[in-house]
Amino acid sequence: MSAVILFMAGIAAIAGWWLSQQRLTAKPWLEEGVIFDLREESGSSSQAAKIGLGVFLAVVGSLFALFISAYSMRMNMVDWRTLPVPALLWFNTGVLVLSSVALQWAYMAARRGDMDSVSVGLCTGGACAVTFLVGQLLAWRQLNAAGYFVASNPANSFFYLITAVHGLHLMGGLVALGRTIAKVWRGAEVAKVRASVELCAIYWHFLLLVWLVLLGLLTGWTDNFVDICRQLLS
Amino acid sequence: MVDVPYDTIAGVPPAEVAEVELYHPKSWWTRYVFSQDAKVIAVQYSITAMAIGMVALVLSWLMRLQLGFPGTFSFIDANQYLQFITMHGMIMVIYLLTALFLGGFGNYLIPLMVGARDMVFPYVNMLSYWVYLLAVLVLVSTFFVPGGPTGAGWTLYPPQAILSGTPGQDWGIILMLASLILFIIGFTMGGLNYVVTVLQARTRGMTLMRMPLTVWGIFTATVMALLAFPALFVASVMLLLDRLLGTSFFMPTLVEMGELTKYGGGSPILFQHLFWFFGHPEVYIVALPAFGIISDLISTHARKNIFGYRMMVWAIVAIGALSFVVWAHHMYVSGMNPYFGFFFATTTLIIAIPTAIKVYNWVLTLWRGDIHLTIPMLFALAFIITFVNGGLTGLFLGNVVVDVPLSDTMFVVAHFHMVMGIAPIMAVFGGIYHWYPKVTGRMLNEALGRFHFWVTFLGAYAVFFPMHYLGLLGMPRRYHDIGETAFIPASAHDLNAFMSVAALIVGFAQLVFIFNLIWSLFKGKEAGGNPWGAASLEWQTPETPPGHGNWGKELPIVYRWAYDYSVPGAARDFVPQNEPPAKLSPQGAHP
Repeated sequence: MSAVILFMAGIAAIAGWWLSQQRLTAKPWLEEGVIFDLREESGSSSQAAKIGLGVFLAVVGSLFALFISAYSMRMNMVDWRTLPVPALLWFNTGVLVLSSVALQWAYMAARRGDMDSVSVGLCTGGACAVTFLVGQLLAWRQLNAAGYFVASNPANSFFYLITAVHGLHLMGGLVALGRTIAKVWRGAEVAKVRASVELCAIYWHFLLLVWLVLLGLLTGWTDNFVDICRQLLS
Repeated sequence: MVDVPYDTIAGVPPAEVAEVELYHPKSWWTRYVFSQDAKVIAVQYSITAMAIGMVALVLSWLMRLQLGFPGTFSFIDANQYLQFITMHGMIMVIYLLTALFLGGFGNYLIPLMVGARDMVFPYVNMLSYWVYLLAVLVLVSTFFVPGGPTGAGWTLYPPQAILSGTPGQDWGIILMLASLILFIIGFTMGGLNYVVTVLQARTRGMTLMRMPLTVWGIFTATVMALLAFPALFVASVMLLLDRLLGTSFFMPTLVEMGELTKYGGGSPILFQHLFWFFGHPEVYIVALPAFGIISDLISTHARKNIFGYRMMVWAIVAIGALSFVVWAHHMYVSGMNPYFGFFFATTTLIIAIPTAIKVYNWVLTLWRGDIHLTIPMLFALAFIITFVNGGLTGLFLGNVVVDVPLSDTMFVVAHFHMVMGIAPIMAVFGGIYHWYPKVTGRMLNEALGRFHFWVTFLGAYAVFFPMHYLGLLGMPRRYHDIGETAFIPASAHDLNAFMSVAALIVGFAQLVFIFNLIWSLFKGKEAGGNPWGAASLEWQTPETPPGHGNWGKELPIVYRWAYDYSVPGAARDFVPQNEPPAKLSPQGAHP
C-alpha cells in the first residue's frame, strides 16, 4: 500500500497548502460585515470546470495509485513471472507523447486566437491518441499470440488490466476532445474554445504522465524504487 | 468586532444574474424526472435511498427472527441467512447512508447553505442520480436471479466470496460487484459537484469559516469518498476478473470439492487491504455529515452559538485525514506484523482526540442553552449519546489485545451498529425533521414524530445494548444457529428473543415515520419560511420551498457566520447570515 500512501500524502500536502491560505484561524463569531476572499475575483465558470477537472484527476490518480499498490504487493508472490514487454509499446509511447504535444500546441494556438492551428492541433492529437489505442490493442494481440493469456499469470492479468483501465480513460478523453473539435468547427467563440482546449490538454498530459509511470512499472524499471518504498514501510 | 471593512460595502454590487444563466426546465419530464435542479435530485436520491433502506430493514427483521427463534421459521435456511446479512449490510452502509447523506442532504443543502443557485455542473449531477438508480436496480435484481444474492458478508472477502460453497456464487456476486462499480461511477459524478460547488459557488461574503458545519462535514466527507471509493472500485474490478476470467489476483491455490481449482498464488490479504482502505474512511464518510448536521441542529434548537467553531472545523479536517491511516485495524486477526498492529492501534486511538473535541463542544453548546426539546433536538441528543457509546466500545476494539478475543463476536456487531448504524440514522432523522419544512413547506406531524423518536431510540438500545453482553459471552456473529453451546447459557437465548421483538417494534416505528412523511406532505401544518428561527442561509430563501435558482434575482450577501443566536442587544434571538450589521442597515444594499 506504499504507493497509495505516498499519493495520499501528496494530496494531503496540496490540501494542507490550500487550507493554509483560507484563514482557518479566523474567528468568525467576531467578524461581522463584508469579507471577501481571493476566490471572488475569479469565480467564472471556466475556473469551476478547471477545478472540477483537477478534483477528477485526483480521483483518477488515486485509482491508479491503488492499482500500482496492488501490483507491487502481488508481484512479491512466488508465482509472479514478469512478461516480456512488446517493442510496440515504445512506439505507442512515442505516439502518446506526440498526442500530448499536439494538444499543447493547440492550446498555445488557442491563446493566440489562431483557430486554424487549433483545429489542426486537436485533430492531430486525436489521431495520435486513436493510434495509441490501436497500438495497445495490437500489443495485446501480440502477447496473446505468444501465449501470454490474461489468466495464465498474475503479471499478465495486471498488464491487461492496467493498460485497459488507462485506455478507457483515454477513450473518455477522446469523447471530450471530439466535442471540442465539434465546437471549433461550429465556430464557437474563442474564449470558450480556449477553455475546452486547455482542459483537454491538461487531461492528456496527466494521462501521459500516468502512462510513463505505468510503463516504468510494467517494464520493471521501477522495481528498485518499489523495493525501496516497500522497505520504508516494513 | 474587529477589523471589519464596513466602508467597502458601497462597492458591493448585488450579484444579479442574467435570465439566460438560470436553468429552466421546459416540460414536466425535465422538471420532475430528468431534472437538473439539485433540490429535485436530492429528493430523488432520498426517496430511492429510503426505499432500498426499507428492503434492508425487512432483511434485518428476517435475521432477527432467525436469531431470536432459531428453528421456528423453516423458510430461513443457513444460505438465506447469509444472504440477508450480506445484503442488509451492503445496502445500509452504501446504498442508504452514503447516498442519503451525500446525495440527499448534500444536494439539497450545499447550494442553499453556501448561497449558490445550483450545483456547478447540473447535468453531471443529474447523471449521478440515474447511475445511482441503475446501481440500486442491479442490486435489487440479485434477489431474483438464479441462486439469489451473494452471501459472502458485506466485506465480500475472497476466496469464499466466489467459491461454490457461498450462496449467490452464480449471479449474485457478479451483479453485486457490478452494482458497486456503477455506484462508484455515479458517486464520483455527484462528488465532483459537491466539492467544486463548495469551492467555487459560494456567494459573496461566504468565506470557508462562515460555512455552516453541515457543509464542512459533507464537503470533507465527499473529498474522502472521492479518494477512498477508488479502492473499492479496484478491489471490485479485480474480484470480478477473478470470478469471470479466472485470474488470480486474490485467489490462492485451493482445493474445492476435492478438486484443485484453476486459481493459484493470489493474496486474499491484498483484497482486505484494498477493501479496508475504502472501508475505514467509509465510516467517517457517514459520520462527518452526521457530525455537521448535529452541530447545526444543536445550535439552532438550543438557541446558542456553536461552541468552538474553529475547533469543530479543524477536528473535521483532522478526522478526515487520520481516517486514511487506520484501515488495518480491521485486519488484526488476518495475520500481520505486530509492529503494524501497534502502529494502527496508535493511529486508531489518536482519532479519539478530535472526535472527543467534537463531543465536548456539543455538550458545551448545550450548557446553559435555551434547549427546546423539539424532535430534531431529541434526535440530536440521541445521536450524541449513541455516538459516545459506540465510540467507547471502539476504544476497546482498537486495541489489538482486546480485539483479538472479541473479534467476530456480537460485540463487534453491537459496536458498529451503535457507531455507524444507530448514530448516523439518528442524524438522518433529526435532519429530516429539521429540514422537511424547507423542502415541502409543511411541518411533520409532532405527535407521530415524538412516537417515532421514543420507539426508535429506546428500541434501538433494547436491541443493541444486550448485544454487547452476548458478544462478551463469546457469541459469534454470522452464525445462522448457535445451537447447544457450553459457554452460552439458556438466558442468552431468551435475551436474543427479547432483542428480536424489540427489533420488530423498531422496524414498525419506521413505517409510522414513512406514513408521517407522506401524510404531512398534504396535511401538515404550514411551516412558513423559517419555522425554527434559524440563522443559516437556507432558511432565508425568498420562497419556501425554494424555487428554481434558489434566490430570485439577486444572490444573498453574507455578513456573518451561521450561528448568531441569542446575540445580546439584537431584536430577535437569531440574526440571519444575510442581515447586514446594525450600523449599515439604513444604506444596506440588501435586506
